[in-house]
Amino acid sequence: MTDTGIGAAVRRKEDARFLTGRGRYTDDVTRPGQLYAHFVRSPLAHAKIQKLDTKAAEKAPGVVAVLTGKQLAADGMGGLPCGWLIHSRDGSPMKEPAHPALVADEVRYVGDAVAVVIADKRVHAKAAAQLVEVDYEELPAAASIEAALAKGAPQVHADAPGNLCFDWEIGDEAATKAAFTKAAHVARLDLVNQRLVPNAIEPRASVAEYDPASDMTTLWLTSQNPHVARLLMGAFVMGLPEHKLRVIAPDVGGAFGSKIFLYAEEVVVTWAARKLARPVKWTAERSESFQTDAHGRDHITHAELALAEDGTFLGLRVDTKANLGAYLSTFGSSIPTYLYATLLAGCYTTPAIYANVKAIFTHTTPVDAVRGAGRPEAAFLLERLVDIAAREMGIDRVEIRRKNFITKFPYQTPVALEYDAGDYPAALDKALELADWEGFGARRAEAKKRGKLRGIGLSTFVEACGIAPSAVAGALGARAGLFESGQIRVHPTGSVTVYTGSHSHGQGHETTFSQLVSEFLGVGIDQVDVVHGDTGQVAFGMGTYGSRSIAVGGSALYMAMQKIVEKGKKIAAHLMEASPADVEFDKGTFRVKGTDKTKALAEVSLAAYVPHNYPTDLEPGLDETAFYDPKNFTFPAGAHVVEVEVDPETGVVELVSVACADDVGTVINPMIVDGQMHGGLAHGIGQALLEHARYDDSGQLLTGSYMSYTMPRASDLPSFKLGRSITACTHNPLGVKGVGEVGSIGVPPAVINAVVDALSELGVTHVDMPATPERVWRHIQQAQA
Amino acid sequence: MTQVALRVNGMDRTAEVDAGTLLVELLREQLGLTGTHVGCDTSQCGACAVLVDGRSVKSCTAFALDVEGASVTTIEGLSTNGQLHPMQAAFKEHHGLQCGFCTPGMVLSAVDLASRMKNPSEADVRKWLDGNLCRCTGYHNIVRAVQAGVREMGG
Repeated sequence: MTDTGIGAAVRRKEDARFLTGRGRYTDDVTRPGQLYAHFVRSPLAHAKIQKLDTKAAEKAPGVVAVLTGKQLAADGMGGLPCGWLIHSRDGSPMKEPAHPALVADEVRYVGDAVAVVIADKRVHAKAAAQLVEVDYEELPAAASIEAALAKGAPQVHADAPGNLCFDWEIGDEAATKAAFTKAAHVARLDLVNQRLVPNAIEPRASVAEYDPASDMTTLWLTSQNPHVARLLMGAFVMGLPEHKLRVIAPDVGGAFGSKIFLYAEEVVVTWAARKLARPVKWTAERSESFQTDAHGRDHITHAELALAEDGTFLGLRVDTKANLGAYLSTFGSSIPTYLYATLLAGCYTTPAIYANVKAIFTHTTPVDAVRGAGRPEAAFLLERLVDIAAREMGIDRVEIRRKNFITKFPYQTPVALEYDAGDYPAALDKALELADWEGFGARRAEAKKRGKLRGIGLSTFVEACGIAPSAVAGALGARAGLFESGQIRVHPTGSVTVYTGSHSHGQGHETTFSQLVSEFLGVGIDQVDVVHGDTGQVAFGMGTYGSRSIAVGGSALYMAMQKIVEKGKKIAAHLMEASPADVEFDKGTFRVKGTDKTKALAEVSLAAYVPHNYPTDLEPGLDETAFYDPKNFTFPAGAHVVEVEVDPETGVVELVSVACADDVGTVINPMIVDGQMHGGLAHGIGQALLEHARYDDSGQLLTGSYMSYTMPRASDLPSFKLGRSITACTHNPLGVKGVGEVGSIGVPPAVINAVVDALSELGVTHVDMPATPERVWRHIQQAQA
Repeated sequence: MTQVALRVNGMDRTAEVDAGTLLVELLREQLGLTGTHVGCDTSQCGACAVLVDGRSVKSCTAFALDVEGASVTTIEGLSTNGQLHPMQAAFKEHHGLQCGFCTPGMVLSAVDLASRMKNPSEADVRKWLDGNLCRCTGYHNIVRAVQAGVREMGG
């Protein structure tokens, strides 16, 4: 390890600008002659637009244009595409109803945009939007899965009968049925995995500018994947070729999945800027974020686990109904299928698994990936079910997990994935030690004296990250590859610019990727700059989601650096009059093996750009690009232990301890990895105890602001105890797995298992999330009644 | 339009504002100080916090005209002579920020805390930060950064 290479807790390079107010986020971008957009949105969940009159708004102060869905369609703008095609179990493709960026006829959720006002000032655009007169014929809404599946339910789309988008399955149904027939015990669970709002603190924003002279459109965008935005917008919506559309995702203030997708506002702003030949900016107000950022989770599930007498898992059967919201968001179809049900084996050798997922349209905000995306739903279901089985069968919760752990790798699960590496018992041991599991009895007894109900819970889990091998993803329905690009440009005097298709929106890539260069090229991190988030500078990129940056983007950079070293060896060999095969490279120095003849990287790079004395068969320059397509997913895993105290008088759950042992693969920067753990844990605890996006029966979002949607605050959380139990990924060159989603996947079931443990003496067997004081209090009251 | 005169980061500034212009709009849109961020519309998130006469104020809740004659410090004005303020340095040292969006409000709120409490406990810091939302860090490192920053400021 060099002092700035792999394993060093290097302080972050990007902090210098973020701490001094010199970050540049999309809303900070202001272009000459810029106009402001304000959207007119449906206040109703389901209605027909009878009349839309823009005349009064057009005459309002400062208004430049009022644009509607009719004009959008007339200009040939397509609908928003879905990036993943799922097939139903009868072989038919999923229903893909049109998803217009501005609705002309029928609105399908509160927040659906029907028009946009463009004005000289933000306040003018907002004021004029109030003057757009829309006559709605209100229609009955289906605001939940249950309502959408009821007999005679209102239909969200005429071309999706029964509000069914698809009816998908995975696993061997017959083998699973057979497993249940020989079971000594079957544990059953009905659960709701509640809807969440992603809530990055930076609201979504976009600024579009069109230069008629060059026919060039530039879009500054809050995006995790600007190249994907360019591809979707260019190829599917606006018919713009890539070389005439530049998408820049500058500093992005958190994303958590919500900034992966192509949104209506981005299309409309770009269209308006081109139409008016003036720059146009839109920044969401928080209430718009609540209504229009794609939501997460929202499953209703029945699950059953078949066990042998000794606690061996024999089969798992899962029936899930997943809410997609009103339209298919960009990756909405992949989340409750391939990112969910493929994880149902968890850490266990369950030989037969079958899952059926019905994806349902409702009159609510579209649902897509939020931190964890499908995997938290799988881990929650499985880890609750394992706890229930242990309790019902009188088997220790730890021992039933140990008994069923996968211990031989590679391991092919019955649900498509092949795990390459892991050591689940080691992570469990570490977490139990960190949490002082053995000492819990005394703590519970002490709490009881104070009138508190103390509980402890654990979860052991696996996630699939490093998304994804393109061929595998393609075979499963992805409409894109999932490789990453990396470019290493060694400048003449030896400093380095890195161009990566990964995108940092808090993860600290400028530091971590610089550390890779430091490790493998022996260059000080101050001699490295990292460029990302600009289609005008980076060759291509699939962006950052699914904890893929280091596993896929980092591997691409490693491959590019290997090319640099190989070429450098040829140049160094020439300079030192040796054979390239005799030249080795270590820590920035080329050396003729077994001699003291050396050339520094900077000497070699100078020769590459001033090739006076240079190999005749070699191109000048030292600038290499690699595209890395992963061979498999990565499989971070871990064990989380949570301890709680419940106040039986109020139902308040106090988190006493959160202890984690995680296997995230090779750790490049332990400080940053810990920070990612902390953030994921807070997100997961938010789901377990606080957060819930709720609609009323008419489709009004009841939790539409920070006043009513409970975000985790500093005082809601404890400090976290983190441990590591590392095995290296076997199929990428860095041995890395990914860490961004660990907490949000692993911790929710540990929290709820702890809450149920605390309430178990009252006979409570399950508590749905979020375990709010009200919900817990009701359980206590019912148990005591 | 009305003229407002105030001191911003040690410099006298004047601007023409409407009665409804918010302090954050004055700072971001008229004075070009985009380090102050807007994260919500209900004064809940604290990304817009600045110091007004040394006290942290959510600049989305104050009208520009309310700060007539006041001294406002934004994140751009906290460091001096290119040196990070001790609270900024503590946030860097303890990895108290990730995406950076809530950071200016967090740092300025913490600077205000330092003027009120000499040696805040973890619980004190967590309670104080209730008006500042962060979605990235889980607050764990922010708490450590604030405690260290307060100590460095001479507590």
